[in-house]
Amino acid sequence: MDPFTKLTGVVAPLPMINVDTDMIIPKQFLKTIQRSGLGSSLFFEMRYGDDGAEKADFVLNRPAYRGAQILVAGENFGCGSSREHAPWALLDFGIRCIIAPSFADIFFNNCFKNGILPVVLPRAEVDALMAIAERGGETLSVDLERQEIACPDGTTIPFDVDPFRKACLLGGLDEIGLTLQKATAIDAFEQEHRTRHPWLFA
Amino acid sequence: MTRARTLFDKIWEAHVVEVQGDGTCVLYIDRHLVHEVTSPQAFEGLRLAGRGVRRPEATLAVADHNVPTTDRSRGIADTESRIQVDTLAANCAEFGIRYFSMDDLRQGIVHIIGPEQGFTQPGTTIVCGDSHTSTHGAFGALAFGVGTSEVEHVLATQTLLQKPAKNMLVAIDGALPFGVGAKDLVLAIIGAIGTAGGTGHVIEYAGEAIRALSMEGRMTVCNMSIEAGARAGLIAPDETTFAYIKGRPMAPTGAAWDAAVADWRTLPSDPGAVYDSEVRLDAAAIAPQVTWGTSPQDVVAITGAVPVPADVADEGRRRAMLRSLDYMGLRAGTPMREVAVDRVFIGSCTNGRIEDLREAAAVARGRKVAANVGAMVVPGSGLVKQMAEAEGLDRIFREAGFEWREPGCSMCLAMNADRLEPGERCASTSNRNFEGRQGRGGRTHLMSPAMAAAAAVTGRLTDVRELGAG
Ligand code: SF4
Repeated sequence: MDPFTKLTGVVAPLPMINVDTDMIIPKQFLKTIQRSGLGSSLFFEMRYGDDGAEKADFVLNRPAYRGAQILVAGENFGCGSSREHAPWALLDFGIRCIIAPSFADIFFNNCFKNGILPVVLPRAEVDALMAIAERGGETLSVDLERQEIACPDGTTIPFDVDPFRKACLLGGLDEIGLTLQKATAIDAFEQEHRTRHPWLFA
Repeated sequence: MTRARTLFDKIWEAHVVEVQGDGTCVLYIDRHLVHEVTSPQAFEGLRLAGRGVRRPEATLAVADHNVPTTDRSRGIADTESRIQVDTLAANCAEFGIRYFSMDDLRQGIVHIIGPEQGFTQPGTTIVCGDSHTSTHGAFGALAFGVGTSEVEHVLATQTLLQKPAKNMLVAIDGALPFGVGAKDLVLAIIGAIGTAGGTGHVIEYAGEAIRALSMEGRMTVCNMSIEAGARAGLIAPDETTFAYIKGRPMAPTGAAWDAAVADWRTLPSDPGAVYDSEVRLDAAAIAPQVTWGTSPQDVVAITGAVPVPADVADEGRRRAMLRSLDYMGLRAGTPMREVAVDRVFIGSCTNGRIEDLREAAAVARGRKVAANVGAMVVPGSGLVKQMAEAEGLDRIFREAGFEWREPGCSMCLAMNADRLEPGERCASTSNRNFEGRQGRGGRTHLMSPAMAAAAAVTGRLTDVRELGAG
């Protein structure tokens, strides 16, 4: 996983609530056995017409937003399925940070595993950032170390992030590798768990 | 005195290997289910890092999303689907994981076969790279969906890094009225708390109406917890639970069974246990439910009408409603009973179990699927199919004009050949009515098996209570 430290990039507005994982990446693209290559199918139904041509009015098709790296969206972003293809598609397109008033749990979790920073902010602040994004081509600076977002006018908005997840993102850490270092503790737990619940180990 | 604990607290505390400084826990995972769509990259990750599977026997794998529901003797026609299924088989062989192939009688939807095999047991932690893992919470197991990176984490370490969820109690008092079942109940719950109402929470369902449900009904309720945003649903195990598990192939036997049941009896929440939030609903007030929009929270009683966006104050919500109505091709104010359907789908991990098929067959018996309606029944597993055939349900469906298919996810997500054409309207027993879920431009109305069967025979959304059993 690539580390996430500080990101300065174009911000795109997606003023919709309940953007679900089927919208982010529909099922026909889940047949892949790889992680890469999903960017061109991101938001497929909203992005392309029945003839396969780009819809000119979809935000990521507009010239100002084609290189967007930050997305601002409405409540409950990423609801629906557990498909990690959703963050993979966003990442492959180039989105490294999503800002919304709330996220669905599994999607939120999946972002951190892939070097994407999901930022939860109060609705009023999201609305303000949405207004900035709608101006077209504006950039934000997201500083994970300092936990703040710098706006074009120089003001900053602080955000919260779980300390462990922050450390993993900053270092681009391999969580499995970290957990494997705890093998002794896991062995000991498993031993005791087996004594208490032998039928689970039969 | 010890603190009064909830069912969630008890399972959680029994699985914490270690608490890190910031409260993140290393949580032990007892059971892991795997399907072909969300696992290939996890196995690939293990290979790239030179890692093995810690406890292969704790994992059970099956192909369900991509499999054809028609004749399987010639394999899978679609190349990508075939590769994905073959990849799962090869990965399971390489890492020593039990795998039910497409030709195995035990094959079926991952959330149907776990309980069916007795793999799903109370008090356990269960995960799967699939959001509807919440289904298994019906057994009093802490079961939740994870992403592919976490699938890999579980394979390698038999643990996950997690923080405890908040606890929500949803209590359903009283008895469900005649003609109203588990699906109506859970749709009504989602309508009440909203599609993000359970975010960050594990929902424990309790109360008289929940206790009265069969295991099949409880699974339907827990299945859709994720549609309320919750990571998991939970129902306290009781005699109904034990009776369902007893004698299943992977269930404990003899002295181990007695020890297990004694342990399971300690799981229900203690009197006085405190929840972060509580919701109470009156079962008697619930009518058969149908969805009108493109979120599972877009639900009304079949006696109601398509809602009017102008009546909604919140702008984001109003905009979403307008978009939904446009997509669904519905006009505000239209009575739900006037909405005609083209297709009917009975199946999925929400409603593909034997009881669901019995419920639908009771309505289909002696009736005919309306002209212009294409209806199909897809059993949740090979064993469900076998049982249904032994009971003659397949004949009832076939005589009524339903197609009788092979088990799999099918038109729940339309990853195989079963899908809606643009603009087609479907009465579906599945769990998601998202845009394009059942096929690009397809329009989904979620409902119970009885309601879907009623829609099949009348050709429009119908209050099954007016039809009665055939
Ligand atoms: S039946 Fe539908 S919801 Fe259930 S596992 Fe299959 S695709 Fe997912």
